[in-house]
Amino acid sequence: MTLLSTKGLSKSFDGLEAVSSVDFELPAGQIRALIGPNGAGKTTFVSLICGRLAPTSGTVTFDGYDITVLPAHERIQRGIAYTFQITSIFPGLSARENIALAARRFLKGAQVTEVVEATIDKVGLLGRADQTAGDLAYGHKRLLEIGMGLAQNPRLLILDEPTQGLSDGEIEAFKELIRDLADQATILLIEHNMKVVMATANKISVLDGGRMLAEGTPEEIQNNFAVQTAYLGRDDA
Amino acid sequence: MKVVGLHIGLLAVLFALQFVLPAYHHGNLARIMVLASYAIGYNILFGYTGLLSLGHALFFAAGMYGMGLGIQHFDLPAAPALIAGVVSAALVSGGLALLALRTTGVAFMIVTLMFAQAGYLTILYFGEWTRGDEGFVIAQSARMIAGIDLSDPTNRYFAALILFSICLVVCLWLIRSPFGKTLIAIRENEERVTMLGYSTFAHKLGAMVVSGTLSGTAGATYGLLFGYAGASFASVQYSIFPLLWVLLGGAGTVLGPFVGTLFMFYLIDLSSGITSAYMLIAGVVLVLLTLFAPQGLMGELRRRFWKGLP
Repeated sequence: MTLLSTKGLSKSFDGLEAVSSVDFELPAGQIRALIGPNGAGKTTFVSLICGRLAPTSGTVTFDGYDITVLPAHERIQRGIAYTFQITSIFPGLSARENIALAARRFLKGAQVTEVVEATIDKVGLLGRADQTAGDLAYGHKRLLEIGMGLAQNPRLLILDEPTQGLSDGEIEAFKELIRDLADQATILLIEHNMKVVMATANKISVLDGGRMLAEGTPEEIQNNFAVQTAYLGRDDA
Repeated sequence: MKVVGLHIGLLAVLFALQFVLPAYHHGNLARIMVLASYAIGYNILFGYTGLLSLGHALFFAAGMYGMGLGIQHFDLPAAPALIAGVVSAALVSGGLALLALRTTGVAFMIVTLMFAQAGYLTILYFGEWTRGDEGFVIAQSARMIAGIDLSDPTNRYFAALILFSICLVVCLWLIRSPFGKTLIAIRENEERVTMLGYSTFAHKLGAMVVSGTLSGTAGATYGLLFGYAGASFASVQYSIFPLLWVLLGGAGTVLGPFVGTLFMFYLIDLSSGITSAYMLIAGVVLVLLTLFAPQGLMGELRRRFWKGLP
């Protein structure tokens, strides 16, 4: 079953086409990595999906419904969660309250506490939950950001460069987390760290210059000449 | 628990003060409590939701005139007139919210300021009904609720205390509710709130209606307790006052509005006893406070001593 698809999805900024007529299909239950060089349009593409940006043309379909004209918050309510590339948390509130805000949208009372404590444990912020989020170390803010995604119990989780700035140990824990999550949610992962991509993704889509360059299993992508030229040819970013 | 104790403690002190204060300060405190209720309403939008309105006089006046015109022209008894004031403030704030919330930041300030000016000019324009700048006195006979004469100083003090208690409890309850916590989150990072699936528009609309309605309730009560409604309460000055009180007392604290109003009232009262250039003294003190306690008195207290102060 297809959970998410786009047809002819395009976005231009002042005549510059950042995303150009992208057809994309994501079956439920998959972990899909979205890779591509800097400026390829990856963040723009997922912003069109989750509603932070409106497309110039094309459609987005989620779970059988055309969501192209829905505002962002209604798309989130349908089960899409987005974690920001540039950490976007509530700096003045405690880490626990940050995650509670994510859970409280659809839960009440004791259920919120339950989800919050479980999420804090999952992302490894136990013992830091009462700290002011703005005072956390960079890596911990990233984990908090991921936790806010998880706490929403989404059907589609979009992670925009989640491992950026994480330590090796934290990256290992993150890979575990993603694999655990695979049976609950479909995951769309923008990632520069190819080791993370190869270890987690079932399938990879490559975006370059706003166009979908290639799609395939990790092995196929590794052997694809066009991709190597566009992306893998350079040393791992 | 400590938090609830502090707020109930303040209300108990205010209740007790009624029996010991000399007449002059007794009257002042009644006035301060009503104005602090206005500031509490303002603080919900400014301090907790992070929206700076320069037009709250419109809501204060909507309450005051909703009540006053009801008494003056429709011979309403005081209680229904008070309700008319509250309802008109709710309607006006809802209407303005629908228009003004299409904007953000500086534009929001300007739009609220302009609509409040339009409201002020409307009151002047319909001078035949509102008696414009001059205003009108609300007769003592009309200021009775259930046989209680609100022009009597003791009754007036209790009425002001009841209003203030209601506003304080509503504010405290609101900011600890899921709705209020979402408002605080909007203040901290609005885009993130949207991307957590909340309609920030609906939340800001709710905040503005609650804020405007509390402000208007204070306006209606003010008119009823002090027996006067005039256009000066709709002027820009009355939009700036609550901003000042809240800033001084501490934006985003429950007690800040009261502390700020009390402080400002007596600052002007005491300095005008010393010199005719009292605004100079008031100005210098305000500058000093802004320099050394930029988060206001209660905000400073929270930063230094009591992190969990709501």
